[in-house]
Amino acid sequence: MNSRPSYAIGTGLFILLGFAALAYLATQTTSVANVHQGHSYFVKARFSNIGQLKERAPVKIAGVRVGSVQSIQLERGKMDALVTLAIDDKYNDIPDDSGAAIFTSGLLGDQYVGLQPGGSPENLKNGDEIVLTQSAMQLEDLIGKFLVNGGPKSSSAPPSSTPPKPAASGG
Amino acid sequence: MNTLVRRNWLLNGIAQLGECGLFFLDILVALPKSLRHFREICRQVWFVGAMSLTIVMTCGMFVGMVLALQLYYTLSIFGGTAALGTVVALSLFRELGPVVTALLFAGRAGTAVTAEIGLMRATDQIDAMEMMAVDPIAYVVAPRYLAGVIAMPLLMCLFNALGILGGHLVGVTWLGVDNGTFWGNMTSTVDLWKDIIDGVWKSLAFGAVVTLIAVFQGYNAPPTSEGVAYSTTRTVVFSAIVILAVDFVMTAFLT
Repeated sequence: MNSRPSYAIGTGLFILLGFAALAYLATQTTSVANVHQGHSYFVKARFSNIGQLKERAPVKIAGVRVGSVQSIQLERGKMDALVTLAIDDKYNDIPDDSGAAIFTSGLLGDQYVGLQPGGSPENLKNGDEIVLTQSAMQLEDLIGKFLVNGGPKSSSAPPSSTPPKPAASGG
Repeated sequence: MNTLVRRNWLLNGIAQLGECGLFFLDILVALPKSLRHFREICRQVWFVGAMSLTIVMTCGMFVGMVLALQLYYTLSIFGGTAALGTVVALSLFRELGPVVTALLFAGRAGTAVTAEIGLMRATDQIDAMEMMAVDPIAYVVAPRYLAGVIAMPLLMCLFNALGILGGHLVGVTWLGVDNGTFWGNMTSTVDLWKDIIDGVWKSLAFGAVVTLIAVFQGYNAPPTSEGVAYSTTRTVVFSAIVILAVDFVMTAFLT
């Protein structure tokens, strides 16, 4: 090995550089939060409509990511969407009467599951089910409701949503 | 007459595919033997990998920069320029990084390998090796093949890294996307396994097929100067077609 070829150092540098680039990509362009780290426990939630919710969508409490959607299935018989949430083990103090709702980040963004903590002294455990759920808000329904002013049951609509009188129509 | 030519053309194509497959098996059989020529592999990694660094890194930089420019324009129509980092990173990692690196690699290293082996054939060096009981596949072909498969993913990673930096340069420094938004949205979306490692798989596959085409074309080049030129052209043409076809199939399976 005393007659080291001239290209050996270059080759070694090239390989090191390549792996350094991979390490750079792996650490700088991805987030540790995305990597499945540590253990998580699973809770179920049934929704009558999940909208555009996808697997791996984030689960958030107060906007902070605590887990992700593990699986989405149609529950036979009930025709509900059975969503399994994988919640990181370190968040093991979520009250078991918490509610789950499907929100949209931004007007047209991705959908995620938001948990609203309840007040129960008992905490959610592996295999528990979240009973209080609120389905995804469908943008089309909202627009439809806004346009026809809520239909027969418009009592929940705020008064400001009454259609403005056409001022300049002259009719 | 016409059908005869057509059938010959078709038969020739199928026969070449078969020869290429058998050649691949020969390489696989010779791989363990070629591992003894460790220095030769090392020299080939230097030749096909490190020597391609300049072109791959420069192109990566420019691809990232032009991606950021184009996507900024498109995203600003929807008011979504905050997603610039995400879109640049995902298009680079999942698609452009592996494919463009492979195309550059075919042009830079594949042609060189074809011409080199083709000239060895034309100047009877390969026959001389066979006469000296040196297996030319184990000594000439397999190290180059191995080097191509090793070098391609490394080049792809460098291409991606430079592409991200180029996109950052244009998006943040020039177009004024917020730095935190750029990186934050990127890191929250890009997945190590689903995006980056999938790109590495693609790149390994491209390295395997591009280098196979290059060594096959070189090894079977007609032993004339015209033949070597013809084989070199075929390497680039076949590589480009196969890269894009394999890319389509792999994207369909990986996502």
